[in-house]
Amino acid sequence: MMISKRRGLTAASVLAAAALTVASCSSGGGGTSQSSAPASSGAAEPVTIRVQTFGGGSNFGYKNAITKWNAEHKDIQIKEEHLTDQFEQQYWPQMIQWLTSGTGAGDVVGIDEGGMGLAKAHPEWWADLKEYGLDSRKADFPAWKWENGVTADGKVFGLGTDIGGMSLCYRADLFKKAGLPSERDKVSALWPTWDEFIKVGQQFQGKVKDTKWTDGTNTLYQVYLYQEAAKNGNVTYFDQQNNLIVDKNPAVKNAFDFASKMSQQGLTAKLRNFTDEWAAGTQKGAFATVGCPSWMLGVVSGNAGDGGKGKWDVAAVPGGGGNWGGSWLAVPKQSKHPKEAAMVADYLTQAQTEASIFTDFGNMPSNTKAQQDPAVQGAKNEFFNDAPIGEIFAKSAASLQPVFLGVKHAQVKNAIESVIQGMDDGSVPYDKAWQQLVDDAVKAAG
Amino acid sequence: MSLDTPWDGSRSHRRRARPARRRWRSRFDVKAMPYFLVSPYFLLFAAFGLFPLAFTLYYSLYDYDLAGTTEWTGLGNYTALLGDEDFWRAVVNTVAMFFIATVPQMLFALFLANALNKRFKFRLAIRMSVLLPLVTSVVAVAVVFTQLFARDWGLVNWILSWFGVDAVNWRAERVPSWLAIATMVDWRWTGYNAIIFLAGMQTIPRDLYEAAAIDGASRRRQFWQITLPMLRPTLIFVVLNSTIGGLTLFSEPTTFYGGNVDGGSQGQFQTVAMFIVKQGFREFDYGYAAAAAWLLFLLILIGAAINFLFVRRIGGTK
Repeated sequence: MMISKRRGLTAASVLAAAALTVASCSSGGGGTSQSSAPASSGAAEPVTIRVQTFGGGSNFGYKNAITKWNAEHKDIQIKEEHLTDQFEQQYWPQMIQWLTSGTGAGDVVGIDEGGMGLAKAHPEWWADLKEYGLDSRKADFPAWKWENGVTADGKVFGLGTDIGGMSLCYRADLFKKAGLPSERDKVSALWPTWDEFIKVGQQFQGKVKDTKWTDGTNTLYQVYLYQEAAKNGNVTYFDQQNNLIVDKNPAVKNAFDFASKMSQQGLTAKLRNFTDEWAAGTQKGAFATVGCPSWMLGVVSGNAGDGGKGKWDVAAVPGGGGNWGGSWLAVPKQSKHPKEAAMVADYLTQAQTEASIFTDFGNMPSNTKAQQDPAVQGAKNEFFNDAPIGEIFAKSAASLQPVFLGVKHAQVKNAIESVIQGMDDGSVPYDKAWQQLVDDAVKAAG
Repeated sequence: MSLDTPWDGSRSHRRRARPARRRWRSRFDVKAMPYFLVSPYFLLFAAFGLFPLAFTLYYSLYDYDLAGTTEWTGLGNYTALLGDEDFWRAVVNTVAMFFIATVPQMLFALFLANALNKRFKFRLAIRMSVLLPLVTSVVAVAVVFTQLFARDWGLVNWILSWFGVDAVNWRAERVPSWLAIATMVDWRWTGYNAIIFLAGMQTIPRDLYEAAAIDGASRRRQFWQITLPMLRPTLIFVVLNSTIGGLTLFSEPTTFYGGNVDGGSQGQFQTVAMFIVKQGFREFDYGYAAAAAWLLFLLILIGAAINFLFVRRIGGTK
């Protein structure tokens, strides 16, 4: 009995500690502050708004924006809770438990594009931001970004944060070592297509022995998938009616074939993205390139640490653009301070805030006013050797295609990524991987 | 439970003239109080044991989607589970890891306890230190072991490389992943079991050993013929505990994969407990997870019964 109880306890604490920081401190302030108008009476206790986020490195890039807000708003304090790096596997399942049980979720929560299908299907989880006047923000966002944050019954629940864009991050110092051009325009010219990308990779690995060409199969698989999705009706695993089309959508098969090819040629470091080993690999220079949607810049710089500064650079992605990722902020209905939470969500998605997040960390704004901001258009990223990220991402932002993701996208994505990773680490034979991918996807969607 | 002790009888006899109410109260004291005093355990058990058990059983008969609908399916979840190869893989993983971890753990704990059961300097400090691994946080343990068993820069692979062994991918290959997790489990729980064995050993009368020594029995012979048979009740307790713990293994393999209940890209080391959490709280298929929890309960019963029969024979005199 003792052992099992203890193990039960440790199991619970592992879930809590390793996977997620459990909401130990509920939103401070208490009930009294709710009624009092903020800032008017000096005696009012400050309301603490918990903002829950996910993602590696600097994730949502809210550090500076929150410091600024907290200095200016004594009555409303923002507390960011970065829960985990992994959205599909940890953050979203935990969030859904909190949302269905009615307690635990923060006052403002981040949602990745992969979770939006399910979030939209459950209007009862969310506060209606229209009640706080935020339908006025509609003009700030591209139509698709705005509409994805509106439920079928017209409830505005999500405000757009960042969007995908696409580039390729590479280690300029290692390129030099391999005798390749390291200057970003010349690097971009090396790989107009993915075939050429693979060829350069073989060349690279012939010269630099202990570094692999790219991080693993999953990152570039996603990049490729989103490019292909744009050619195939902007859908990936589900069609617009939420039917699973993994085996019918050529985008999936093509992206899979590409991942398989990279793996079979030994070009990957066999690391699964958003794991500790992957972060360690970034830091230790285990790979020379990684697929970089704009928000990945913050992840890479965060993982690499100061030691990577100036070594990394940003080039164009083979095969043109693509739109992987991007998130939204929503206010759960269970929040005790929905009004203040709406104010915070409003602030964090303002043009000025999104613009500064881009210049500080690289997450591309979805706010169109921020995209047009000259500071954004001309932004350079110090970590990435002063790469003109404004030029790379902001210019193409308007042309980004939204990709439709189904209600069960998060589960199917995780199942598929596991097969693609398994193919790379040797636990799934290459010739059986496609069938297993389809089977596992069907299972996860069921 | 008879409380009619002579002492009690004589008291009531002497105070025959007591008013009825007081008599009633004393009856209450005698009859009901014991039940009242033991009730906290049963109340807690009802709230945290029985209720979840019944709740789980109830929902195991439903197709219950945590973020959606609830539909009656009867035994549908159970039949689906029995045909689910992911579930069986988790069962095989769990049982295999249980054996790999528990057999050496029992032996090692036994010999460790035997060694600690002697007179030496700083006895208490050394006995206490055996418990240290248990009090370290499992997250810290995971961090250390994850690095030891890292594929690219891990200590274990580095040592293996001295002997010309290629780097082992501890998270991708099934048997190596079991071994890695078993070492983690053993590291944490061997000392704990050793201390229980030690406590059991100390209850064995000294004069048995003295008599054996006079008869010329060697130390080793004393261990096999006196310690082990006399230790059997403790052994049964520890083995049953380890069976329950081993078959519900969750934290070590979960932390070994970065807090992810997948247990490797293809479930190489996913245990049944992890399977349950995955089905219930990641796929939101709560009914399916509830049914799996009941099958795990069954598995533990079977495992405990087999182990009990096995251990009862150890050091048997018949």
